[in-house]
Amino acid sequence: MDAKAIHDALVGRFGEKILSADLEAVSPFAVVATEAIVEVAEFCKSDSALAMDNLMCLSGVDYPKEEPPRMEVVYHLYSYTHHHTFALKVHLPRENPAVATVERLWGVANFHERECWDMFGIVFAGHSDMRRILLPDDWEGHPLRKDWEDPEYYNGMHVKPTEQMAERAMGGEAIGVGPFDFTPPNANVETE
Amino acid sequence: MSEVKGFIQNKFPDNLVFTTADEIINWGRKNSLWAMTFGLACCAIEMMAAGATRYDWDRFGVIPRATPRQSDLMIVAGTVTLKMATRVKRLYEQMAEPKYVISMGSCANNGGPYWRHGYHVLKGVDEVIPVDIYVPGCPPRPEALLYGIMKLQERIQEDRVTRKRGLTVGSLAGATLDGAADGAK
Repeated sequence: MDAKAIHDALVGRFGEKILSADLEAVSPFAVVATEAIVEVAEFCKSDSALAMDNLMCLSGVDYPKEEPPRMEVVYHLYSYTHHHTFALKVHLPRENPAVATVERLWGVANFHERECWDMFGIVFAGHSDMRRILLPDDWEGHPLRKDWEDPEYYNGMHVKPTEQMAERAMGGEAIGVGPFDFTPPNANVETE
Repeated sequence: MSEVKGFIQNKFPDNLVFTTADEIINWGRKNSLWAMTFGLACCAIEMMAAGATRYDWDRFGVIPRATPRQSDLMIVAGTVTLKMATRVKRLYEQMAEPKYVISMGSCANNGGPYWRHGYHVLKGVDEVIPVDIYVPGCPPRPEALLYGIMKLQERIQEDRVTRKRGLTVGSLAGATLDGAADGAK
């Protein structure tokens, strides 16, 4: 099925819950109402014509400059049976973003949703193991949010470089083994 | 050589060699730098190349070890994330003295490309452990790493093991070579 057929199938089944769509995009997508994402995803997976048995990627996106400001979760689906792809999106508020988990449908969503929470602070309700996955457990904040500010220190280590550190880094030959001679071997050979 | 005459010349059998304790200890140390296998990012690929047949750091007595307990040299090859930094420090503490550190590549030297926008990268591994030699490059070629190892050997050779005074290599890395030499005078 092509993107239009998939979109038609979704609209035919869910109607109002498919809020909008862009089928001309590089990766065609439909925006789904947040509360309907699990049933839409389940339909995508179980319907024999769609058979989206693979969640290729689940990502978060932060759009602070949109009106109203929002976050998105994007589900890239793929069907090994029919070799077609489609993407679903949900729009979330930037304050306390939350959406239901799809872990039950695709096991891989477990890790992806943990990463999405780790980086964006998007809570996946019903997730079996909502912990950080990449950052250390004692990390504070969600660094891929656009309003993220580096802390001065993390566990006594500088996160934001100071002026002294910059000065020192620039004075490479004072602390390094240099100066390295990177002149190519034949640089001194005169060419006519 | 035949012109030189000393008062002990020809007084001892041929298989007797005189040297200083410093010389012989440093000679041993610098020619058996067992490096801890420690690859954090793409620099590790260059480090592996330096250890493979084409560059072959075995020639310098550098043998990779899989444990800090048997290592003299830590080559921090790659991006040290804040999460990894505590592990790097722990591994350094587990190494037996004397221990040396080579910081390989821009990331380990000062954060490199993550200097401004890396919320997760340590701005130089010398924030957590003392570093003897910094090898610039992104990543450095194996030649550069070998040059760094040779520079470290030079510094080890100038160490004063039996007459420790001032700053010496291995005891307080980050001291300049000049500083170590001044301290010995």
